[in-house]
Amino acid sequence: MKSEPRVALHRPIADEVRKTTCYMCACRCGINVHIKDGKIRYIEGNRDHPVNKGVLCAKGSAGIMQHYAPARLRAPLKRTGPRGSGQFKEISWEEALETATAWLGDVRHTDPKKLAFFTGRDQSQSLTGYWAQQFGTPNYAAHGGFCSVNMAAAGIMTLGGSFWEFGAPDWDRTKLFIMFGVAEDHDSNPIKMGIAKLKQRRARFVSVNPVRTGYSAVADNWIGIRPGTDGLLILSVIHELLKARKIDVDYLVRYSNAPWLVIDAPGTADHGLFARDAAGKELIFETVTERVVPVGTRGARPALSGRFELADGRFAVPSFQLLAQKYLDPKYAPEAVSDETGVAADVIRGLAAEIARVAFDEAIVIEQAWTDMNGERHQAFIGRPVSFHAMRGLSAHSNGFQTARALHLLQVLIGAVDCPGAFRFEPPYPKPLGAHPKPHGRAEHFRPDVPLAGPHLGFPQGPEELLIEADGTPSRIDKAFSWDAPISAHGLMHMVIANAHARDPYPIDVLFLYMANMAWNSSMNTAGTMKMLEEKDPQTGEYVIPKIIYSDAYASEMVAYADLVLPDTTYLERHDCISLLDRPISEPDAVQDAIRWPVIEPDRDVCGFQSVLIDLGARLKLPGFADQQGRPLYMDYADYIVRHERRPGIGLLSGFRGKDGSETGRGEPNPDQLARYIENGAFFSAHIPLEAQFMKHANRAYQEFAVRMGFFDKPQPVTFQLYSEPLQKFRLSAQGLRQPFAPESHRERILEAFDPLPDWYRPFEEAIVDRDAYPYHAITQRPAAMYHSWGSMNAWLRQIHTKNPLYVPGPICDRLGLADGDWVWVISHHGRIKVEVARMEAVNSSTIWTWNAIGKRKGAWALDQDAPEAGKGFLMNHLIHELLPPKGDGMRWSNSDPVTGQAAWYDLRVRIEKAEPATASEPQFPAIAQPEPEPRPAELRYGQEWSQ
Amino acid sequence: MTSLPSLPTPKKLGLVIDLDVCVGCHACVVNCKEWNTGGYGSALSDQDPYGADVSGAWLNRVHTFEVVPDGGEVVGEAGEARIVHFPKSCLHCEDAPCVTVCPTGASYKRAEDGIVLVDEEKCIGCGLCAWSCPYGAREMDLAAGVMKKCTLCIDRIYNETFEEADRQPACVRTCPANARHFGDLADPHSAVSIMVAERGGMDLMPEQGTRPVNKYLPPRKRKPLADSAQSLPSAENTDEAKGFFAWLDGMLDRI
Repeated sequence: MKSEPRVALHRPIADEVRKTTCYMCACRCGINVHIKDGKIRYIEGNRDHPVNKGVLCAKGSAGIMQHYAPARLRAPLKRTGPRGSGQFKEISWEEALETATAWLGDVRHTDPKKLAFFTGRDQSQSLTGYWAQQFGTPNYAAHGGFCSVNMAAAGIMTLGGSFWEFGAPDWDRTKLFIMFGVAEDHDSNPIKMGIAKLKQRRARFVSVNPVRTGYSAVADNWIGIRPGTDGLLILSVIHELLKARKIDVDYLVRYSNAPWLVIDAPGTADHGLFARDAAGKELIFETVTERVVPVGTRGARPALSGRFELADGRFAVPSFQLLAQKYLDPKYAPEAVSDETGVAADVIRGLAAEIARVAFDEAIVIEQAWTDMNGERHQAFIGRPVSFHAMRGLSAHSNGFQTARALHLLQVLIGAVDCPGAFRFEPPYPKPLGAHPKPHGRAEHFRPDVPLAGPHLGFPQGPEELLIEADGTPSRIDKAFSWDAPISAHGLMHMVIANAHARDPYPIDVLFLYMANMAWNSSMNTAGTMKMLEEKDPQTGEYVIPKIIYSDAYASEMVAYADLVLPDTTYLERHDCISLLDRPISEPDAVQDAIRWPVIEPDRDVCGFQSVLIDLGARLKLPGFADQQGRPLYMDYADYIVRHERRPGIGLLSGFRGKDGSETGRGEPNPDQLARYIENGAFFSAHIPLEAQFMKHANRAYQEFAVRMGFFDKPQPVTFQLYSEPLQKFRLSAQGLRQPFAPESHRERILEAFDPLPDWYRPFEEAIVDRDAYPYHAITQRPAAMYHSWGSMNAWLRQIHTKNPLYVPGPICDRLGLADGDWVWVISHHGRIKVEVARMEAVNSSTIWTWNAIGKRKGAWALDQDAPEAGKGFLMNHLIHELLPPKGDGMRWSNSDPVTGQAAWYDLRVRIEKAEPATASEPQFPAIAQPEPEPRPAELRYGQEWSQ
Repeated sequence: MTSLPSLPTPKKLGLVIDLDVCVGCHACVVNCKEWNTGGYGSALSDQDPYGADVSGAWLNRVHTFEVVPDGGEVVGEAGEARIVHFPKSCLHCEDAPCVTVCPTGASYKRAEDGIVLVDEEKCIGCGLCAWSCPYGAREMDLAAGVMKKCTLCIDRIYNETFEEADRQPACVRTCPANARHFGDLADPHSAVSIMVAERGGMDLMPEQGTRPVNKYLPPRKRKPLADSAQSLPSAENTDEAKGFFAWLDGMLDRI
């Protein structure tokens, strides 16, 4: 027998493993970074980490190429050429920070609203928001307005929490999981792990999505719905459930506002609002004693239907009666909605039947006694094991807010919120609407050299809390919280540049952005946005948007438009904090937060943005960042993470608090806190006692736990708001019945969109444009190997997706004579693009689509100018305008949801025409220069020095 | 010519890949690259990594197909069309043509566990093995001029410096969807063998006679939603809100 070669089987991976938190997308998985000879040898998932339990996706595994990418910035930059040219010179940090301090200081001393500070891919909003508040500008938000604010706002206003960071399906127990639209990226690894569990247990997975890719490919059932009609499908399911009497009446009575009495006094200022007693408590009708009593009266058996006289002689009806009447209307019958949704009536009915069967025939019982907020003892938790997930697919339509509300209504009707097997809240949620802050930013809230009177973002509970001036002018540059978008809880980042350019409502002086590629794939009307950034005032010769400060780690398209660039580090070189004050990573059974720390030292002159912001705060002598003598309060972000307290005992991290690190949630700052986190794998997890794990909205043990942990200072139970009173207040304003009155121009729109019960209307662009002239929907999603990732220039990931074809349904290809590799013009009301097509069958027959953010501008991201990303790759953004087409009322409305201002990316309507073959997509733009040209290797042999 | 082990290997280490749950996310593809570029043999190089013709050596790739099966279920408007994500790497065949075709003895199948490896010292980069592999599972590394292929992470699975739980191929450890399983397919009692037996695990292209060790689990049968449409009970007076409220009152009385 011949001998086989000897193989080295037992080599250790590396010299050292350092555990931190991934940032290749938004999941925030735990990672083990193996360091060898001072370089990264290998990154794997941390098996002990509660988010990913050892697994890691393609992006996380490509972290090495992200860290060593030639697109990385090297030092602070000052623009030398015209905006958009990419011509810069390197400057020192001192010069950069002094320049920024001078620009920002001038604004703060004179007119703080002239700073617009918007952060994109920001996982430190508790710092950035606090900084902006201390600065005193009303103009701050992160990117939620163009991401998924519809989902977040509808969730908070209905349930006191939403999907993703607010809650998750009970993967271990759910028996039917229904996912709507593009949602795979929030959050990708936990959903993949969850789907694997469903498959193992043979639970059914239904995907409702116009495109059957990714997770939809493995779904048991795929409903290839027409974009923008999900709300109608959901309301049809609700219609069927009501007709079949498959609702959880007990749950509705206990946990929702179904029994609350709604004043029935048409034509008056209170019509449609809740009836209240003198103490302001909502009222119900008690059926045994036949009296109107306050909500929460012990032993009361509330009516869900009927019409009752109030003490003041007015009449009122339980909100549930309005609800049932509305959805029992035959216009919601499966047959009636089938054409609009593109879903067969039998499929809708089958979906309703499966939901009903699993919720009621396959209920779960967990034998654990618990006490509700009324003091009633329950012997067990009853589970309705139907769970849902949705994110941007529902959100990014102009009817997305109401659609998300409809989905939450469905969840409550079947009793499937925070019970075993259903969608479950993740601490610190649920949190009732009333416990959220109100927005601040009206003229009365700010003046030079003082902080803003309160947080920027929140939930106005009626038109009286809008951020508008006496004459109705929006207070904020993005017009958030104005009549245009009253409940824009995350701001409208996608409107900032357009408004600032139009000086509407006012001009600004400094635009300060962090990790937001607004000159490319994060803007609608990309070409127009570039022009706005480039345009100069002919009178002064100055740019219309005079000063732009931008922080990014990479040479993105946006860098070329900045006047001053503050180079960020990679995620492996920085401190970060995944805080419960911000965007938590808790699980339904555990409270969790995490950190990042420098597992590798920067080899260049870069600095973590958060530390830069803290330094700027001290130089500007902002309260909270400098003491009364003007001395800096914090050395850097790490120091801030440990020592900053939002309230006494409440800081950014909940673990290892108190002098000796023994306290959880509340406790004095612990100087060794970060060391303890690092020792613990860079995260902290505190288990919720079993008695407190379900029905958190009404569970006394959970509420007490939440107070102990410091989420609240007193219990904050939630009553699910199926009927939304704040929405009705806006309708009364639009009817001219309740002060403040909505302007005439906005009344029709508010009346249409602010139904206090979840509603469906046709998305605006589709309703306005000629449906025959633009017969198709055009949508985008990001591929699994890149979603939520900052930089598809990654040398490994770009080999998976180097260009993006336009996927066209087979029937359209047949009609237009298109085959793979042909070229077409895609034409919207706003513009046209020329792109290469690929045929696809597993897609809604009126929907074309592509992968987003593959296309790059020539010269950006340190790719060669002939890279396919900049050639055939393309953006759909050129077809989408930030404004809707004119509709004859003299107004140009924002292309956003009218309630929340959510960017309506997926409302796009197009036609396609066959085009001459080409080698590159159109439009093309002049190449931008690489700010700090570094030699790009012709070949990579990463790790060759370690080969055996 | 190189010989295969004369006796069946006592162990047949390999992968079982579950097509019912693979979502095509490429986690296995990239983690494999990341592990192996610094692991066994020379690095997995990438040519023109930031340019027009980027390409590289990978040991594992996911191919995505659209299929419209005959007589498949009808779900949704687009009919039967379905996307299949198909991960593919070396299948560690029992009758591995890549081994017998090798002129230098560089390609070999280990007698102990059946893993097919390339001894890079002996490899002359002639490419005959890649040409003979019916699965296209081998890739030439253009920088090193040697043939690269899946090693089943041989430098992980036996590695005593690792915790027990980590002694598995990188692609298996990282897969978020639990679509990849590693084990001994010669042992009928191993978890992977049981899985193959229960789920009807299949050989890829059995007609090639290569007797691959790796198996694929086919997608499970799916039940159309429309089949349930008739099971939703229809109540009396369904179209009238009045009938509904009468029922509701009855329900409230029972609570």
